[in-house]
Amino acid sequence: MEQFRSLEVKGAWSRFAAGLGFSVALLALLLLDCRPANALPAFARKYGMPCSSCHEAWPKLSPFGQQFKDNGYQMGNDRDAPIFQNPAYWPVTFRITPMWHRESTDKAQVDGSNGPSGNEAQITTHGFDWSGLDFHTAGTLAHNISFYVLPSADNTGAFHFEAVWARLDNLAGSPWLNIKLGKFELDNLLSEKRILTLSGVGGSYQNYHFQPFVMPGVTEGYTNGIGDNQDGIEWLGHSKDDRTRVSASLLSSNDGNPGLPTSRTYDGFFAASRAFELGSLGLQRVGGFAYIGQASTYFQYTNGGVGVPGTGIGNKGFQRYGLIGMWYLKKFDITTIYFRGHDSAWLGTNTAAVPGATLPTGAQAPSWNGGLFESHYNFNPHWIIINRYELVRMSQQAFTSNPGNLGNLDVLTFGTRYYPFISSRAGFAYHGEYAIIWQKGASPVTFSNLTTSSLLFGFDFDF
Amino acid sequence: MLNIKISKICLNVAVALILPAAISAQQADQAAAAKPNPHMESHIGDLTGHSEAGADLYYRYCWGCHGARGNGDGENAPWVTPTPRNFVTATFKCRSTPTGTLPLDSDIYDAMTRGFITTNMPSWAALTSQNRADLVAFIKTFSARWVTDKAGDPVTVPPEPALTLDSIKHGKTLFQKLECWKCHGPEGRGDGPSASTLTDSNDQPIKPYNFYTGYRFKCGTTNSDLYKIFMTGLDGTPMPSFADVVKPEEAWDLVHYLRTLQIWHKSPELTLWEGTPEGAAIVKAERVRNTYTGNPIRP
Repeated sequence: MEQFRSLEVKGAWSRFAAGLGFSVALLALLLLDCRPANALPAFARKYGMPCSSCHEAWPKLSPFGQQFKDNGYQMGNDRDAPIFQNPAYWPVTFRITPMWHRESTDKAQVDGSNGPSGNEAQITTHGFDWSGLDFHTAGTLAHNISFYVLPSADNTGAFHFEAVWARLDNLAGSPWLNIKLGKFELDNLLSEKRILTLSGVGGSYQNYHFQPFVMPGVTEGYTNGIGDNQDGIEWLGHSKDDRTRVSASLLSSNDGNPGLPTSRTYDGFFAASRAFELGSLGLQRVGGFAYIGQASTYFQYTNGGVGVPGTGIGNKGFQRYGLIGMWYLKKFDITTIYFRGHDSAWLGTNTAAVPGATLPTGAQAPSWNGGLFESHYNFNPHWIIINRYELVRMSQQAFTSNPGNLGNLDVLTFGTRYYPFISSRAGFAYHGEYAIIWQKGASPVTFSNLTTSSLLFGFDFDF
Repeated sequence: MLNIKISKICLNVAVALILPAAISAQQADQAAAAKPNPHMESHIGDLTGHSEAGADLYYRYCWGCHGARGNGDGENAPWVTPTPRNFVTATFKCRSTPTGTLPLDSDIYDAMTRGFITTNMPSWAALTSQNRADLVAFIKTFSARWVTDKAGDPVTVPPEPALTLDSIKHGKTLFQKLECWKCHGPEGRGDGPSASTLTDSNDQPIKPYNFYTGYRFKCGTTNSDLYKIFMTGLDGTPMPSFADVVKPEEAWDLVHYLRTLQIWHKSPELTLWEGTPEGAAIVKAERVRNTYTGNPIRP
């Protein structure tokens, strides 16, 4: 205990207070950022199947689980509607992860000789903690009508709705006609909601959320994330065996936030993929996706100097594209993704596109390329090891004066999960993970390179 | 100091992870060693399945119901109706072979691909064809019958004769004569006088097929599949084989009539039957008598 304290209180009291404050803020941010993942023993209990049927290693879906999901959480054996269940059946699952974790950043903004918030310091903190809490309720309301409601809390217990949707499945008897309405996960084949890593650094896909710097120390004013659940309507079609999948979504341009959007536009998300068998190696899948949208650059009306919600105008475009391959070599698999991102120069430079306005000198549309390589070795349904490498490389900065590599990042993640039992009632995993991210020019004061890492051990369970 | 602490934690976690994995692998080996046929193959078309590869798949997908030793006593079996198939007895419902004989490998493969309606067995079409072939091979390791016996010769399905009103009417007569109604009910709703007394080979209650709500059958969806069900029977259930009782053309007549009992499923047989005053009256009365509380399962 003394050793632990000595590590924490090293240095002056003011530095400790600032560090602690920053750490708390960082942890809160990181934990808020942990995406709820979907793995529902409520389904396993309904159908009496082990979680390993639908998940290669929960929450990652197997092809069978993907088909079950695409079919509206239905097995298609005429036992899907609630009328066939015991009246006491209630499709609820909770998930939470008590953990020990260590978070470290080499350049955190602190007070010091350069005045308030004028210095940088390395801050490392560690201790016991817990994740947010997810309450998944999902299933079928009737034959071919499915739903999902996910109230989710951060680790202080503050709730929000992570997902709220209902879906008309197999309209006209066709698997090619499924309509979903509400707040839902985009049709990502590599799902951030089923990510196998949980830490602050490794618990999300950086490429799904990347936005370039406007200039050193300044980030873009709009937010967008392919990994975030979005509000909208989705059409999804798939072949009966799920080998071919296509989807198109019309989304409010509000990054999944509740209420009417701050802009008056809509985004579109499109995905298509095709799977094919390669002998005894397994089921391979290739596909592509695109997220095309607009974001407002200023408010038409303000009140007390603050923009009035719902009056965002001066919309400018952004695009994200990707190609994905999911390659299986028996127990080893690797997912590869190539990303391409592009923002309007107006968005990229945080410039209000008011009538008659011109872009600042040196402004240009930022664009970048990204890559993701996530591999798994699934020894058996009990044990999986995970490795992921992500990179982002700017191809054009928002300002010609920016360093060419500003915002470039590399992320390396290693993890393992061991499931001591596989059952149809509950899930439990020993979880171990280390993740580190290096980003160019991202430190908050000196705009030098920033390194942040997470180490996490925990018991991940749901019931 | 911190690095030392972290190293210790890493070491402990590594031991905690590896030890149970090793124990798990040992248990799987023990289960494999207890089987009568440790190594089997399956042959489905050009595919050759291997039981060694199927073992991993079985312990991922199947054991929860069918049990680690394949005798249908998985942890979910007490809550599954009808009870999961017992692979040790090697008795299979859906076959293209005569009653009492082993099925073809392709019969098990097809059943796995199709799933069984009104049971907990889903379609496993999402798995690769090689995966399913490997699973068939592994299922064959549970029973010595796969070594001592050979699969039966497939039952021949003659070409379906032209659909006529006479065929439907003759099928209706056969439905009475063969006493199909005793289990399946006079209108095919699965509510015949014997329905509540039926048990399967595990002495568990089993319900006869309800034509009123279904359009698919346990062993397929086509008229040929229905024909095969008569001629092979569903082993392990009270549904016998009628191969020695009805002639092929009579079986087709019965097929045509049974299709008219599926009044929520548009079929040529139903259309023809509804075109007659007798058929229209019966179908209309059945539709009015819609006592089914769930949604009719349509194609």
